[in-house]
Amino acid sequence: MKKNLLILLSFVMVMSLFTGVVGAQENLTIQGSSTVLPIAQKAAEVYMENNNVNISVRGGGSGNGIAALIDGTTDIADASRFIKQEEVDNAVANGHFPVPHRVAMDGIAVVVHPDNPIDKLTLMDIKQIYTGQIENWRELGGADQEVVVISRDSSSGTFEVFNEIAVEGERVTPSALLQASNGAVKDTVANTKGAIGYVGLGYLDESIKATKVNGVFPNNSTVASGKFPIARPLFMFTDGWPEGLVADFINFVLSAEGQKMVEEQGYVPLH
Amino acid sequence: MDWKTKEKLIKYILLIFAMSSIMFLTGIVIVLFREGLPIFYKIGIIDFLFGQEWYPTYDPASFGILPLISASVLVTLGAMIFAVPIGLSTSVFISYIMPKSIKNFIKPTIELLAGIPSVIYGLFGMKILGPFLKDIFGLPTGLTALTASIMLGIMALPTIISLSEDAITSVPKKFRDASLALGGTRWETISKVILPTASSGIVTAIMLGMGRAIGETMTVLMVAGGASAMPKSILKPVRPMTATIAAEMGETPVGSNHYQALFGIAIVLFIITLSFNIIADLTRKRFYKKVSGK
Repeated sequence: MKKNLLILLSFVMVMSLFTGVVGAQENLTIQGSSTVLPIAQKAAEVYMENNNVNISVRGGGSGNGIAALIDGTTDIADASRFIKQEEVDNAVANGHFPVPHRVAMDGIAVVVHPDNPIDKLTLMDIKQIYTGQIENWRELGGADQEVVVISRDSSSGTFEVFNEIAVEGERVTPSALLQASNGAVKDTVANTKGAIGYVGLGYLDESIKATKVNGVFPNNSTVASGKFPIARPLFMFTDGWPEGLVADFINFVLSAEGQKMVEEQGYVPLH
Repeated sequence: MDWKTKEKLIKYILLIFAMSSIMFLTGIVIVLFREGLPIFYKIGIIDFLFGQEWYPTYDPASFGILPLISASVLVTLGAMIFAVPIGLSTSVFISYIMPKSIKNFIKPTIELLAGIPSVIYGLFGMKILGPFLKDIFGLPTGLTALTASIMLGIMALPTIISLSEDAITSVPKKFRDASLALGGTRWETISKVILPTASSGIVTAIMLGMGRAIGETMTVLMVAGGASAMPKSILKPVRPMTATIAAEMGETPVGSNHYQALFGIAIVLFIITLSFNIIADLTRKRFYKKVSGK
């Protein structure tokens, strides 16, 4: 009896395997930036529900994604930066023509504890705080309190952008606290009176206070318009002008529904 | 198939399974050294181990891991200062003073501590102990080396208590009887006869507890604060080696200098824990020689 059941079970499994293979005729691979990954992942899930295709999404970083596009091993490369000239040359030499599609904006808000009277900073102030030149809020006209600098692990994409735009590539003070995620940064700032940190726009709520940077308050419209200084566009690169399934998927990401998912994942929609 | 070939077959299958953990160990060691050794040539052993700046993703990058090693050593020693007195007195109490019926209940309960996932210790340290220490000492942040030390101390307790209790109980009963018969008090018997006899067993327990503490990752990632500066005080945030590897490995390009440096840290950590285990093993052997009288 048990044996029969086993045979039946394996038969069912093999059958379902076949239907899986036969059912999904078209394949789409997406690879690249871990910052764009949540958008690509969510879009792929919803797209697969409505269409009979198989989409595989992988992270690995912008550089890896673009390298895969150059090698022709991926249909779409996610990138949190623009393509470099060297990569374009390599791609053309390989017979591939990368086309950028801006799919979302990524803004990084500078946050402090809600009780901190400071509510605006300049990029210069932020740089001086993060390089350790300003160590007390008094120096910026705040309370006499030590600044607790909170940063991200140096391999995260958020760190990369923040360090490039706000700290201008200089070394962050080694006494900065390291937190491994946006959520952990938010938590630490919310529980530490003298703290300053930075998080993606999607993580803002009333437990922390976002400061104006160079006089601009971070929100969806200031990031989308480029007024807020600590922001960057996110891209999906395709090989040549997209056609067929690839075009349909990119259009889906850019559609109102796709942009709503962008916002749900904590990024800034384009419109 | 007759029973003889069957027996043989089973024997070989079991042999393969038995060898598998040795294979896993060799595999891990090979990968560790293959990925991590190049950084020692590129940076130089001295600059890597004693450099004071850890800026792996900058250009030019700095790969000095002394702040990370110091942080690991600091929180581990802190943990032992906390855990050894508590662990030792607990094990003496359990093995000599507590009635056997209660002991059979208390010891398994303490060993349960070892089964709690480290992320739960981390949560406790982050949400309860950290804010508490922050208020007591008036610190800007509660995520410090001290917080990590106390949490690691608690985590090392079951290892220390359980093993040193075993060591103390395996001191032959005639030692105790002789001491008491000579007119020694119970305290004299414990402090002058039992503990010295069990000392190498206790050292084993402490070494294994230290191995547990220095290799612990999740808890220190959550509560130690993660500042890569040289530790100046136990009340400042620090970043141990394990936390660095865990936080940075995820998004490091495979084969880059940064990637190799993280494996380099892993090699250093591996050598440290390996030597703890070897010392523990040697003292354990000495201990059994001593109590068996051979």
